[in-house]
Amino acid sequence: MAVDTGARKVLDQYYPSTLESVDLAEGEILKAAEAAGFDEDDQHKIGMSVRECMVNAVVHGNQYNRNKRVRVTVSTTAGKFMIGITDQGEGFEVQEVPDPLHDNNLLRHSGRGLFLMGAFMDEVRVRRAEPTGAEVTLVKNIGPPA
Amino acid sequence: MSVKLTTRQVGDVSVVDVSGRITLGEGSSALRDVLRDLSANGTKKILLNLSDVSYIDSSGIGELVSAFTSVANQGGDLKLLGLTKRVKDLLQITKLYTVFDVHEEEAHAIRSFA
Repeated sequence: MAVDTGARKVLDQYYPSTLESVDLAEGEILKAAEAAGFDEDDQHKIGMSVRECMVNAVVHGNQYNRNKRVRVTVSTTAGKFMIGITDQGEGFEVQEVPDPLHDNNLLRHSGRGLFLMGAFMDEVRVRRAEPTGAEVTLVKNIGPPA
Repeated sequence: MSVKLTTRQVGDVSVVDVSGRITLGEGSSALRDVLRDLSANGTKKILLNLSDVSYIDSSGIGELVSAFTSVANQGGDLKLLGLTKRVKDLLQITKLYTVFDVHEEEAHAIRSFA
């Protein structure tokens, strides 16, 4: 018997591994965020987190491979707006990502994306996707912070 | 809207007025090209006016950092002018706000190069 978790899926879309997909996914999710009632500031934070995550998926995960896609889902539950972004790359371990705030990394050209997601969202979860890839879940609480 | 860059000269300072979005792709590469050209021409004093930048992502931040270090390595200075609240917040979150010399007024920024 299926258990009703109260989750409502509002987007489930596959995108090609291109930079255009970054803009498209950001646009779609911003529409969903506005519909969920987020103010302009939160929409900006959500949009930016999605952009960083999509760039990681397209550039680092799928490496622009035209045979690989990025799956983007959005669902809402009571009090949570949840975004899933899954690539078909090799996946990665969060603990292996260098800290961009460390003095040795401060002036590096790249490596701030995951950190910014953490700064702008209430939760960021990363796990290896099956059979391959990285699945990132970005969560923003709806309404006042708990 | 993508990025638009215009370079003007104020004394011996090259002021680059940037407007639009600095994001991975066209935006960040256009900024990189302009700053690279200035460096190649021997420009030592560069003021980046970001007051009309509506959006910047981590790739854009990366371009700012790379330009800053590249100009500094050649004995020059790259300073920032007119950060919007969102860009300022982003630089503070990433601990880069104190790395850059940031100004709110152009005249003050120009004088600071002397």
